[in-house]
Order: sequence, then structure tokens, then C-alpha cells
Amino acid sequence: MNLAYYPGCTLKTRARNLEEPAVASMEALGLKLDELPRWNCCGAVYSLAEDDLIHKVAPVRNLIRVRKQGASELVTLCAFCLNTLKRANLLMKGDAEKRDTLNDFIDEGIAYRGEVKVVHLLEVLRDEIGWGILAGKVRLPLRQLRLAPYYGCTLLRPREVAIDNPENPTVLGEFLKALGASPVDFPESTRCCGSYQVMNSPDAITEYARPIFNSASSHGAEALVLTCPLCDYNLGRGQRELAKKQGGFKEMPLFYFTQLLALALGLSPHVCHFELNHGSPESLLREKDLLPRVESVQPIGG
Amino acid sequence: MSAKQTKKKSVATAVRQRTKKSTEAVVKEEKKVAARLIPIYIMGKRYEVPEGLTIMKAMEYAGYMLIRGCGCRGGTCGACGTVYRKPGDYKLMVALACQKTVEPDMYIAQIPFFPANRAAYDFAEVSAAPEEVFKLYPELFRCVACNSCTKACPQGIEVMDAVSALKKGDIAQAAQLSFDCIQCGLCTSRCFGELAQYHMFQLARRIYGARIVPRAEHLAEMVKAINQGKYDRCLDELREAGEDELKKLYQEREIEPISAGEDWKPKDTTHL
Repeated sequence: MNLAYYPGCTLKTRARNLEEPAVASMEALGLKLDELPRWNCCGAVYSLAEDDLIHKVAPVRNLIRVRKQGASELVTLCAFCLNTLKRANLLMKGDAEKRDTLNDFIDEGIAYRGEVKVVHLLEVLRDEIGWGILAGKVRLPLRQLRLAPYYGCTLLRPREVAIDNPENPTVLGEFLKALGASPVDFPESTRCCGSYQVMNSPDAITEYARPIFNSASSHGAEALVLTCPLCDYNLGRGQRELAKKQGGFKEMPLFYFTQLLALALGLSPHVCHFELNHGSPESLLREKDLLPRVESVQPIGG
Repeated sequence: MSAKQTKKKSVATAVRQRTKKSTEAVVKEEKKVAARLIPIYIMGKRYEVPEGLTIMKAMEYAGYMLIRGCGCRGGTCGACGTVYRKPGDYKLMVALACQKTVEPDMYIAQIPFFPANRAAYDFAEVSAAPEEVFKLYPELFRCVACNSCTKACPQGIEVMDAVSALKKGDIAQAAQLSFDCIQCGLCTSRCFGELAQYHMFQLARRIYGARIVPRAEHLAEMVKAINQGKYDRCLDELREAGEDELKKLYQEREIEPISAGEDWKPKDTTHL
């Protein structure tokens, strides 16, 4: 079975280490991610101004393309794209006046009414495959890996678009358990990474990162598990700055959840592109004997 | 000149003659021309012009002397971008003035040039990394996917898709999608995000051509062979041959048959 899939721009450049292991893993699981033949940027951030309809055009246009190709569900990998697409979809479902204005302007010849269901890959794994079946497919259980599931904001907020209980999410923890790892519960798992605020206040990046890393490591985590390229960027840079500023601060590997999935399914570490990660995850994996021996990973150009 | 001949006379001739004659004579002349006159509006003013003319020729017929906003007159230079509307339709239409023939009641304005900053770069220093485009044209990320650029393209390019390709770092796709771009600037004139699409696409095509497309190995081999003098003897022979000899060689040359297969060779293989 194929699933209509929206990658998003960052997954094609900086976050290939989020996309490529996901595509390979889903193929191995028999649910192929079928990239939309035509798509544009999701809009990057959902505009909160009520009358700012022009910035809703990008996400809605993508949803219309999905509808036009006859798919009813759209899978996303990037938490930010999920958030933007899902919120725009809710607008198209719930606000008849804005819906008409947008459909009229977008001019794609169909009256879109929010029919497409936008889901995150974690929801596909949880609801369409199931943790039990996933656990059964694991070839390399990630035993002894103490991982802190970091949700950030956009998977869970606002409540209307949350893929899990926004106060007490468990989906990432259950996912990690299915892969044989030991999830570490820590109170900062839903704290904001700084998001786009760091554009205006670049120096604040360490202040956003500090409590998250302190909390994760004091609860015994060896690495952080992410779903969002923006979290990766902020936390990766944040901890590098912290290590420079603060003696004794130890950088922690950052994983995308899809890299762990591919690894646990026994796929080649090549598809994980660990060379793009922050915090040298390969040394941790080697230490735990979880990095299958293959010819050395070639850093890819670009 | 017989009536029949007059009828046959091309509109172009009529236009040429018009410049030489008095207005009165022109009115007379126009009556004789076969082409029906239709009303068009150039920058809001009404003119009657023979149908079948291109917008550019119609403007000249109406008395405009174009020193900018016209170039190749063959639809490839991109100098004559034009916008128009027709009564009863809110849609803005676009065309190249040298290609599109006039239609009754068109409201026409030319946009021969639209300001757009071209980034300065030393191409030798530019790699094929997506970030090269991001750095030189950061306004790329102001695109809101409104698609006005695509609607404004007289070449039918999926402009917005090419912008999206650049955003996702797919320079090859941007280059291929924008291959027919003639840099008329109409996309840029309509852009909500104030992007300079046509300059970005030019950069994409340069990077694609120089850094992404695989080099043609046979070309390098052939250039090497030429430089090593493989063909010097043939050229010297031709240079020394007299006129009669050249004519004879030309007339008696062996032509590859249309049905020839890949392994076809001429009878005389001394120059291969």
C-alpha cells in the first residue's frame, strides 16, 4: 500500500537524515511513502493573524493537490509541516467565509473543504501498523539505549492538532519501547526549543536549550530523540554554544526518530546519514554495539 | 495596380506605406486593404488596427515607434512582455507583443522591463549546493505560493514549481522547469513576495549546466584529438585544393543514407 507523502523543503536539504531513513523504513514495512508529484513549501509557520490569508495559501494549495490526486490522507514527517498543514486544513473545514476566499484565490478549480486527513508518521506507526507489529519487525533491538523523547511544540500544540495527549504525550516513548530502547521520561520533553524566536534573539538559543539538556541528562538520558528539523537546529547549536560557555557541559547526541527506526529494522546505517547529526550519535551507537559494520559512510555532497 | 493586386498586398506593406502618406491618403488606403479593422486600446486610448497584426505591429501601425520593448520580433528575446485584459473578464492576460495577434477590445500595456536585482557572484566560486541560491537570493523564502508568477508567464513555465524546487534545494529541477524562460520579467512584475524569479532561474541553469550535468566524455576526447592534430591533414588538403577540385569533392561526396544504422561507415575511411 502507498501513502501520499509530503516531505517539506528542509527534509530535502538539511534534514535528509530525517527523510531518507523514513522512506527506507516504510518501504521495509510495506507502507511505501509516495511523495506528492507536485508540492510547495508548507508555509513554514502558521500565521496567527486572523486576516492574514495570503500565508495560508501555501499549505492549502498542497492539500488541494492531494485532494486532486484522489488521496484522502497525507503523511508528514516534519513536525512543523504537520502543524502548518493541519491548522490550515482546520481553517478550511471550519470557516466557510475564509474557505471561499482562499479557494477563489488559489484558483485550482476545486472547492476544497478540508477533506484530506493530515497525519504524522508516528500516527501511522501507532494507528495503522501498531506497536506490537512494529516490535515484531525489529531486527536490531536498541537495547541499553536510554533515550529522551523530545516532542517540542508543534506535534502537540495547539490541542486541536495534537497527535497525542498534549499534557502527557506517550507516542514517542511507546515508539522507542517498540524498538527495544529505554525511553527516559523527563519533564522538559514538551518545552519549546526556541523555535523562530532565535532569529530575533540569537543569544537566547542557549537559554532555551539549557533546561532541556539539563533535565534530560539528570534523568539519565544518553541522547535526545526529535521529530523536527527546527528543534534539531536550535538544540544542536544551543548545546554547542553551551559547551563553549559552560565548563563541564557535555554535548548529547540528537537523533531523529526515523533514524532509530531504520537502525532497529536492520537497514543500512547509510540511509540514516548520521554525518548530518549533531552531537556525534555514531560514537554512542558504537559504544552500545548498535552500529552494524559497513563500509565507511560517505558524506554526501551539497 | 489592379484591384486584385491591391487586395493581395500584405498588411506589412500597408504599414510601411502609411508612414509616407498623408492621413487622408492613409484612410483611403486602409479602405482598400482586405484586413478588417478592429478596435484595441493601447494604454487606454482607442485605435482601429487591421486584424491579424501582432500587438507589436499594431502598436507601430497606430504610430508608436518602438526603440525599447522590441527586440528579436521572434518570440525569444523577452523584450516585449505585454499585459492585457478583455471586457467582461477579470483575468489579467499576458503575451509577447511580437507573438500575440490583436483581438477586438483588448486593453494593452507593455511591460518591456521590470526592475529586479541580479545578485553579483563570481561563478568560479559557486558550487552546486542549494545554499548558494539561498545566500544570493534570500528573498526566495518570501514566496507564499500564490502562483501569480505562473499565471503571468507567456512561455507557459510552471514558475511557482521552479521556485519551490529552489526552496527544496533541487537546482536541477528548477533549471529544467525554467528552460524556456526568456527573462521577460512578467513573473517578477506580479510577485507578491518581490522575488526576482528570472535571475534566480538563470543562476540555477548556470549551476546545472556547469556543475550538475555530467560532462560529455566523447566531447573531451574529440577536442583532445583535434588538438593533437588528427584532422590537420584533411584541412591542409582542402586548403591546398583548387576551386575545381573543391567543387568535384563536394559534388562527389558520399552522403550517409537516411536509413543508415549505427555501424554505417563511408567507403573512404582514411579520415576517421
